[in-house]
Amino acid sequence: MSTPNSPLWEVFVRPSRGTNHVHVGSIHAADATLALQNARDLYTRRGEGVSIWVVRSSDVTASSPEEKDSFFEPSADKPYRHPTFYTIPDGVEHL
Amino acid sequence: MDTDQQQVAFDALIASDGRVEPRDWMPEGYRKTLIRQIAQHAHSEIIGMQPEGNWITRAPSLRRKAILLAKVQDEAGHGLYLYSAAETLGMSREEMLDLLHAGRQRYSSIFNYPTPTWADVAAIGWLVDGAAITNQVPLTRCSYGPYARAMIRICKEESFHQRQGFESQLQLSNGTPEQHAMAQDAIDRWWWPSLMMFGPPDDDSPNSAQSTAWGIKRFSNDELRQRFVDICVPQAQTLGLTLPDPDLCWNAERGHYDYGVIDWTEFQQVLKGNGPCNRQRIATRRQAHSDGAWVREAAAAYAAKKQAAGATVPVAA
Repeated sequence: MSTPNSPLWEVFVRPSRGTNHVHVGSIHAADATLALQNARDLYTRRGEGVSIWVVRSSDVTASSPEEKDSFFEPSADKPYRHPTFYTIPDGVEHL
Repeated sequence: MDTDQQQVAFDALIASDGRVEPRDWMPEGYRKTLIRQIAQHAHSEIIGMQPEGNWITRAPSLRRKAILLAKVQDEAGHGLYLYSAAETLGMSREEMLDLLHAGRQRYSSIFNYPTPTWADVAAIGWLVDGAAITNQVPLTRCSYGPYARAMIRICKEESFHQRQGFESQLQLSNGTPEQHAMAQDAIDRWWWPSLMMFGPPDDDSPNSAQSTAWGIKRFSNDELRQRFVDICVPQAQTLGLTLPDPDLCWNAERGHYDYGVIDWTEFQQVLKGNGPCNRQRIATRRQAHSDGAWVREAAAAYAAKKQAAGATVPVAA
């Protein structure tokens, strides 16, 4: 007896109002409504959330770990984007 | 990158105690070992619902019934976290379930023991979940990211499982002489199988060295077993119950409790399928799966119908 595949969904939970939805894991469900209900039962059994998003895993486009270095290279050589790059004399306040 | 370079990068990541993520290159052996271990772990959670589920309708109070329901529901949840983690390695949940049902993937031997009395529920919470936590806490630092993250969630929730078992065991121990005897009987039956949960002794555990090198395993079977024994002895004293091992005694030189010889023949027999409940557990699981087939089919048919009708869902906000 073989088991038919049901789609995979990525689950994002907002822990409380004023915070981001955060990825918590994934779940199988036939459709979005069931995915939401299953995600509620699986990921918020102890008041972990006030809002849930579910997204079909197949709809997520991800950057490749193989190309990580070249993909993120543009940000690696710009230390002047950080406040610590700048030398400020001692005693200057509120800066 | 060619395979040699990928292997070098992987080795460097492991050596620096980094985390491997699903889309990273990894050696086939690492992937296979993790699939086997995580699937075994997931199956254990799912099969593990049966011994305790046996008592849901007969729990002695509404309080205990609500607790037991929540605990068994947690086990289902833990199974699903773990199936999700295993799926990131490229094996579908459906395939894992099929392999479980065909007897080609394992679950923990401990769940092949029966639960003839209510005190068994308490003993499972205290000893079996206690041993599981001892095993699982180091896995929160496992080198494979999705497994480690699943273990963090699971360990947080397991703590309730162990504490409710201890509380229930204490209540029985302090109850009538019959209740106390029932609690002791359960400990007598669950103690040794709980020690076997840590796996074969270190000198007979062929896969341990590789798993340790890969950062999957952080402590040896015997180290974790010793840690569990040391934790349980004072707890048993608080409970007023006796651990069924005449050789159990404090060794000041080692700073640990010495314990008696484990019957590994029994362990091997249960592993081979000859434990008290092996056939029953798999038969029940297969039955539950086939009983649920119409639900899965109906949900899929309804989803297909709605999609054909162009249904929309609320947008994220």
